[in-house]
Amino acid sequence: MTSLVWLIPCALALGLLGLLAFLWALRSGQFEDLEGAGWRAIQDEEPGDASSPAENAEKPRPQ
Amino acid sequence: MDQAVTLARAASAPPSADDSLPPTTTVSLIVENMQCGSCMGRIERALQATPGVASARASLTAKRVAVTFDNRTTEPQRLIDALDRTGYRAAESVGSADESATARADDLLRRLGVAGFAAANVMLLSVSVWAGHASDMDQSAADLFHWLSALIAMPAIAYSGQPFFRSALTALRARHLNMDVPISLGILLATGMSLYQTMRGTEQVYFDAAIMLTFFLLIGRYLDEKVRVRARGAAENLLGLKALSANVIGEDGAVRRLAARALEPGMRIQVAAGERIPVDGRVLSGATHVDTSLITGETVPRRAAFGEMVHAGTVNIDSAIVVEATATDDNTLLADIARLVQSAEQGRGHYVRLADRAARFYAPAVHILGAVTLIGWLVAGAAFEQSLTYAIAVLIITCPCALALAVPAVQVAAAGRLFSKGIIVKATDGLERLSDIDTIVFDKTGTLTRGEPSLANADAIDDATLAAAASLAIASRHPYSRAVVRTARERGLTFAIAEGVIEHPGSGLIAASPRGERRLGSASWVGIPVAEGADAHVASLWFRDGGNAPIALHFEDSLRSDAPAVIAALKQAGFRIVLLSGDRIDPVRAAAEGAGIDDWFAEVRPDGKIARLEALKSEGRRVLMIGDGLNDAPALAAAHASISPSTAADVSQTASDAVFQGEPLAPVIELLTVARASQRMAIENFAIAIAYNCVSVPLAMAGFVTPLIAALAMSLSSIAVTGNALRLRGRRLTLGKGSAR
Repeated sequence: MTSLVWLIPCALALGLLGLLAFLWALRSGQFEDLEGAGWRAIQDEEPGDASSPAENAEKPRPQ
Repeated sequence: MDQAVTLARAASAPPSADDSLPPTTTVSLIVENMQCGSCMGRIERALQATPGVASARASLTAKRVAVTFDNRTTEPQRLIDALDRTGYRAAESVGSADESATARADDLLRRLGVAGFAAANVMLLSVSVWAGHASDMDQSAADLFHWLSALIAMPAIAYSGQPFFRSALTALRARHLNMDVPISLGILLATGMSLYQTMRGTEQVYFDAAIMLTFFLLIGRYLDEKVRVRARGAAENLLGLKALSANVIGEDGAVRRLAARALEPGMRIQVAAGERIPVDGRVLSGATHVDTSLITGETVPRRAAFGEMVHAGTVNIDSAIVVEATATDDNTLLADIARLVQSAEQGRGHYVRLADRAARFYAPAVHILGAVTLIGWLVAGAAFEQSLTYAIAVLIITCPCALALAVPAVQVAAAGRLFSKGIIVKATDGLERLSDIDTIVFDKTGTLTRGEPSLANADAIDDATLAAAASLAIASRHPYSRAVVRTARERGLTFAIAEGVIEHPGSGLIAASPRGERRLGSASWVGIPVAEGADAHVASLWFRDGGNAPIALHFEDSLRSDAPAVIAALKQAGFRIVLLSGDRIDPVRAAAEGAGIDDWFAEVRPDGKIARLEALKSEGRRVLMIGDGLNDAPALAAAHASISPSTAADVSQTASDAVFQGEPLAPVIELLTVARASQRMAIENFAIAIAYNCVSVPLAMAGFVTPLIAALAMSLSSIAVTGNALRLRGRRLTLGKGSAR
């Protein structure tokens, strides 16, 4: 019985942690583009690479 | 979403509000051909390389990119041009209406998250209590668990249940019942009674059922909203891509590019050959032919010279003209049509959705059952408190969880299936209305036909001549020239653009060849007396190769490739097919015969189309209107249900329930099939829900329902209806005979 004293708060805290993580993810727009997010992970180029974007953009592109 | 809202607010704030930062604006650009993951990177890099752009973030789901830029150094048109150079067709998003819908969906998702957290934790405690019944849990531990459940469930329900409570209140204020009334009552009574029983220390505690109910119902509500957001976004993308920009000639004679919606009466606008005319106006200089098929349904181009009126949405075929915008908002052709659409929509009346029709019977029945239980137990001699407990158990068990989940689940499955085939269902009750139609009215130009001319007498022309004609035609953007090129390509001919070809706008094309000169154009252009070639009914072009006799090329607006097959299939499925067209009798007769339609009417004005629909309606028929032109828009709004192709005029797309993409007409069949299947499935789901009630309600009335049984029944019925709905995704469907009703 005494184990309940810390088991229940533990369970609640973990659940709350999950809820906060979800709310944070929602707030930071992670559910806005579910399809695209999957693709971003496997792209070779650095997504934030602003140093040489021009030459990349000029490359011919198969349509 | 909060972030996006603040962003939008930051953008609308005056630049002077914060002098330390450059004034920035955020626009949402629609990028039609953003199809794969790597497109996102290319689009973002191309935009970031444009001077003045602070950030660009693409969304593959929405096919849009949000760009924040310094509005002193760049403008949306330059961003669009930058994307164009990279190979992406982009347009500025017109509507911001979907922001509030997206915000609503996000709000529901947040409430869903909270309900999910609470449901999981309350369930954890409840399962312990249930297990405790079988083993040795003492009363004080059960009480503790009940109190904990109360602490978790009550705030969660107060927050997550708000969408239902609000909707129920609104309905009650308007003195009618909707599905949310029994839902709210069920949730509130279950919570209230559980709190009371927790204080008394009994085992009739239903917090788990109440919070699970909220959770499942929110899933249904969220899915419903999500479908709406996606459909509206897709529809807006289609329209946004058609939103034009125009070359405006300023006072100083300089040409600027302006978005079509920024145009004002009195502006002089240059319209190049092949461009869509962006305004209603008068021709100031130049003479040309105008393709008015989208407005009138007529396929033969009309001549427009100095002083004549041209309408927005028509296509300038031959040569550049300058148009002075005349129309003020109220007297454009578009405004006339919009007025007709509006009055037609009012005439359609309010369609009552299946779920609401069910609620009309369900809600009173549930409340009566609850009352009967209370009175029955009192009469049988039970204590008031005991009787009330049983009555509330009835209300909890009948709470229409399965019902509220059933229809959205079906809609998500149906919309997903149609979306993957290029069909966008825009109206939320569109599928329901499409499922019970029995008559289909087609428009001709652009709906039954491709809406562009094709070579009619191709069989009479040999390969060499066709290739020679095509080598000239490829230099022109005239629809007839394009038809010649297309036919030549379809035959597999190889040809290059003729050397030194020159286009004389309004007349034809000319190029030198070893055997003299080659000419492609009007009768007089190739040297035939006008009297002989002035047969306007046979829209034709002439080709002369050196000294040879000129060859006539005849054109017609040919049927979509699968039109006869689709019409035959629809007829076989028992639909009555009617063709209503604004075009002249001959082409309409030809199209009707080609497609196998016996019931056709030509030269019908927009108000005439409405009159025909009214006549059909008064015969007791439910009419599906399929059309694309501006002249169809009122009829689309007036019909019981309506579909338009994605090439349709903006107003028509807005007025219709669904939009299909591509050349084949087959999506119409797919749409009707899925609509009927989903309606059938929604009814099946109602049957499942009712069957479950038939078992559980007598148990509840007899007082056998424990919290465990309530929670189990709730979950099982919800899973059953969702599972049933998901069957719609991959199943093969056929369009059966008769109506689905």
